[in-house]
Amino acid sequence: MYFQRSTPNLPTSKDPTTGRTALYDLHLQHGAKMVPFGGYSMPVSYDDLSVGESHAWTREKASVFDVGHMVQYHVEGPGAEAFLESLTPAGLKDLAPGSSTLSALLHPVTGGIVDDCVITRVENGPKHLFYVVLNAGCRDKDYKFLSAALEKWEHTMNPVVQLHHLQANGEPYGLIALQGPMSAEILASALASSCKVDVTKWYFGNSKHITVNLPSGESLPIVAARGGYTGEDGFELSIHPSQTVAVTEMLLESAGKEKLRLAGLGARDSLRLEAGMCLYGHDLDDTTTPVEAGLGWIIPKHRRTKEGSGFNGAETVIPQLTPTSKGGAGVQRRRVGLTVEGAPAREGVQVVDEQGEEVGRVTSGCPSPTMKKNIAMAYVSNGLHKAGTELGVVVRGRRRRAVVTKMPFVPSKYFKLAVSPA
Amino acid sequence: MSAAIGQSGASLAKALQGPAKSLARCSRNQYLRLRAQRPAFTPARSFTASSRSFEKRYTEDHEWIDTSNPESATIGISTYAAKALGDVVYVELPQTDMEVNKGDAIGAVESVKSASDIMTPVSGVVTEVNSALEEKPGTINKSPEGDGWLARIKVTNPGEVDGLMDAEAYQKFTEESSEK
Repeated sequence: MYFQRSTPNLPTSKDPTTGRTALYDLHLQHGAKMVPFGGYSMPVSYDDLSVGESHAWTREKASVFDVGHMVQYHVEGPGAEAFLESLTPAGLKDLAPGSSTLSALLHPVTGGIVDDCVITRVENGPKHLFYVVLNAGCRDKDYKFLSAALEKWEHTMNPVVQLHHLQANGEPYGLIALQGPMSAEILASALASSCKVDVTKWYFGNSKHITVNLPSGESLPIVAARGGYTGEDGFELSIHPSQTVAVTEMLLESAGKEKLRLAGLGARDSLRLEAGMCLYGHDLDDTTTPVEAGLGWIIPKHRRTKEGSGFNGAETVIPQLTPTSKGGAGVQRRRVGLTVEGAPAREGVQVVDEQGEEVGRVTSGCPSPTMKKNIAMAYVSNGLHKAGTELGVVVRGRRRRAVVTKMPFVPSKYFKLAVSPA
Repeated sequence: MSAAIGQSGASLAKALQGPAKSLARCSRNQYLRLRAQRPAFTPARSFTASSRSFEKRYTEDHEWIDTSNPESATIGISTYAAKALGDVVYVELPQTDMEVNKGDAIGAVESVKSASDIMTPVSGVVTEVNSALEEKPGTINKSPEGDGWLARIKVTNPGEVDGLMDAEAYQKFTEESSEK
């Protein structure tokens, strides 16, 4: 145990309102319609495909998304695991090198979600190195939260932790998501001959060090994670800022536009909604606990016990896991999926019961391009959360039928090791 | 009864805010193509003879109204708006006989990513709605200023039409708002 002052470097963009990812110019060259998002100017769609078409393209072929606005950290040092476990309910002890887990930074006491995140124990890295990806929209809040937590950590007899924003020469690392059923063949054909990674034995939630061939003849090492936020098979590639454009262009060119297209935030939003995944700031916020959000599953068994819990908000969150009928605290409201008839129900729309009383609000909603039905996420009173429950939503002053529906709306197609039914 | 479809949020204009550089250029071509493709019965009164008889005007919210027949003026959304919205997947129509005031929401168009209210450019009474859009909302994209019309309205205050933009002024308006 030793004490060493470690100052996290602030993740910044040059201009907080219109930051540009490394791919900004490439977006414009491809006819992107840019919108402000999470402090960055990001593509919402491109000229070649409408949002609906781009959505379908991702489900049928493959798309590449710029997600370089998201914030990538390394958390390192002998105290890294314990530090992250103090802020999140993740079970990091069991996280094998190269494996990832969805988790959430939680507020002390209330257990409200500061941000949702993906935590990876870096493969072949130093023993205590974690890679954490957080939302762009929470950049400043997360930074303040992590800095404050780190400061507190350092004032106690805790093993040292260092927090680094992943950047080079002041530029954040690029992050692109290759998503869709053709992703694996596209990535496989881009790998350098020296790269021994076999995509057919690389499963969902695992990261690998890969080497890709660039047109310049260079071979570039990259860390890639199998997964993503569309419900499809795919990969997220974290790339040195100077090479992000080259890698993206290489993928687009080598795959060809019959297989791979750029896709924007528009398609990303409808894809993740079909996949039942939350968008922070809409389906999750500082006042929502993981249990209310239907994310109880991110808390593994050993972190639900007295000894194992010790994370921010555990005193609130753990009792919520047990319903009141079984002696626990339960929750008052729950996140559910809705299938809506007639008009799509968007964020903020009132959810009502059969008597017309408000029982919740929609947090995300759109016409599902895959299902050709309107889908939504909403928070409704506990007890009305069971699949098949008949509810209503009020759109433009009129009640429309809404039925609680199990999520994901569209079955996910992650590449997982088949478990034989033994 | 006015503004039966109240509530809800964005006008078309609001939904279309944001950078859309290429759209104005597209819109001119599409607009001209549309004019050229109008069904045989309209060209006779479209350009020359009597400009008063073919009166198509536009609002800053991107609706159009054709008042050739003030007893039953046709309302829809502009080619520019349809293009910018993307694939329309749901259209909400007003009810016939609904009495509406200029600026009231009389319906809505929804794409995957957004919902936009359609505001009536003039006051009047809804005489007819384009029910075909309920089955085929995509008609709004294919022919926003033709088969994709939304409703017909009996104009009660013809003076309101004068405050609207003609095609040329609207064209200029969309180009200017795209440059912002």
